[in-house]
Amino acid sequence: MAVQSRDAAIVGIYEYPRRRAPGVSVLQIKAECAARALEDAGLTWKDVDGLYDAQDGPGMAGLSLAEYFGFKPKVIDTTAVGGSSYEFHASHALRDIQRGKVKVALLTYGSTAASDARRIGTGGGMAGWGAPSPLSNMTEPWGMTLISNYAMVAHRHMYQYGTTSEQLARIAVATRAHAMRNPEAVQAMKDLEFENIREITVEDVLNSRMIADPLHLLDCCMISDGGGAVVIASREVARDTRQKPVWIIGAGEATKYVENDGDITVSAAAQSGPVAFGEAGVRPDEIDVAMIYDSFTITVLVCLEDLGFCKKGEGGQFVSEDRLHFQAKLKPALNTDGGGLSSNHPGMRGIFLLIEATRQLRGQSTSQVPDAKLAVAHGNGGQLGGNHTAGTIILARD
Amino acid sequence: MPAPRPQPRFPEPDTQPFWEATKEHRLTYQTCRTCSKVVFYPRRHCPHCGGRDLEWHDSKGFGTVYTYSVVRLNRHPAFADLGPYAVAYVDLDEGFRMLTNIVGVADPVKDVRIGMRVKVRWDDQESGISLPMFEPA
Repeated sequence: MAVQSRDAAIVGIYEYPRRRAPGVSVLQIKAECAARALEDAGLTWKDVDGLYDAQDGPGMAGLSLAEYFGFKPKVIDTTAVGGSSYEFHASHALRDIQRGKVKVALLTYGSTAASDARRIGTGGGMAGWGAPSPLSNMTEPWGMTLISNYAMVAHRHMYQYGTTSEQLARIAVATRAHAMRNPEAVQAMKDLEFENIREITVEDVLNSRMIADPLHLLDCCMISDGGGAVVIASREVARDTRQKPVWIIGAGEATKYVENDGDITVSAAAQSGPVAFGEAGVRPDEIDVAMIYDSFTITVLVCLEDLGFCKKGEGGQFVSEDRLHFQAKLKPALNTDGGGLSSNHPGMRGIFLLIEATRQLRGQSTSQVPDAKLAVAHGNGGQLGGNHTAGTIILARD
Repeated sequence: MPAPRPQPRFPEPDTQPFWEATKEHRLTYQTCRTCSKVVFYPRRHCPHCGGRDLEWHDSKGFGTVYTYSVVRLNRHPAFADLGPYAVAYVDLDEGFRMLTNIVGVADPVKDVRIGMRVKVRWDDQESGISLPMFEPA
């Protein structure tokens, strides 16, 4: 069995509080988040020697971001694999710190998806954009929206395992309950003009309008502006930082895509999860808080199964038991910040999974799980029913 | 008239032969002469074994709906006013899975099911190519 390492820790976090930020640029959001995350850690601008970014701003981030910030990093990593990029970055930062290349790694994210009115889920907006690829030529003509791609996973899951819309809805219900306790999430829903901002029921989800069968409006995440930054430091640096360190004890990465005889109900998490849990030397049933990328309710259900919280096909039953809510009897609590469904989703939510997991292990969440010791941050990037990536990070406090 | 659908764009050498064949209403796929496995979407190498000796075939155009969704909201001008329409992955009998639309049903919400048998139906495009869609077999 692998020996659990405590070589690198999350020592600074910041989540941009606004979900509508007109007049502010992606770069400005990143720089502000970077400064505040370093402040949170008690570190300074000049301490950063590793820069990790998913290239979501103008130009080539690897070329221009250090210059914009004013850093001279020794390591630059611009892995861009969609919403899970930040779990990949955390994994790479751990590796780079273990090799002694980096002492203070900075992960940055910024997006103005809401202000730009990007129709990420319902636009087919990428069609005809950029150079053609085999994949674009074999998908774009048929009008598959991003939501309908995830919906196809949901349909097949229902067909194979008898999963129901009611079971999926429980994920949205628990997440909204957490959002209502998070003032920034409540403000987000106001700013993004949600109707009936309150706790919701399973019936509310089922009665919301169908967007792509079988996914209803309330099975889908919001599109916001936003951003964030995470500071990851070596053990030596982490000893003197302002906050209690949150150790990265396991990391896994994976990709998955459509295969002729593939099972669409199994995600890349089935590969990244065992690697991360194996490295950490912990089991899913020990995890107190699961921060799982909730682009849609089905994403969470599939990833819970693939990470090993329950058997394949039993996710519907698993989420129907007394868990997910931060005060529930059974582990794990899910997306305690309100998630992408009800708090923050500017297109690539992965960084917020790390941020809220860190809050929980520090004891700073607005839906604090008592004595939380272990958390998982699991990002999914791309499209669950097509090309996608998975990044799994296991986190522990001292 | 709705705006035209997004079309495959060229040059794109992997998929160009597939789309050329659609002009003759031929649904094509490849097999690898090295490992005998089915290759789809089309490529110049075999993603199973790395082999570079691939053979083209015509599909008979019959298959089974693996999964689907009925799109109620797509803001793209080609689809915005279509009304609900079904996107699906269809497993062709020759062993390849493709994204497509299920057409030829009265109500896609009620009339499309996973596991239903379908056959290809061509939808000729102004660009000259034809889109392989599927209808109940």
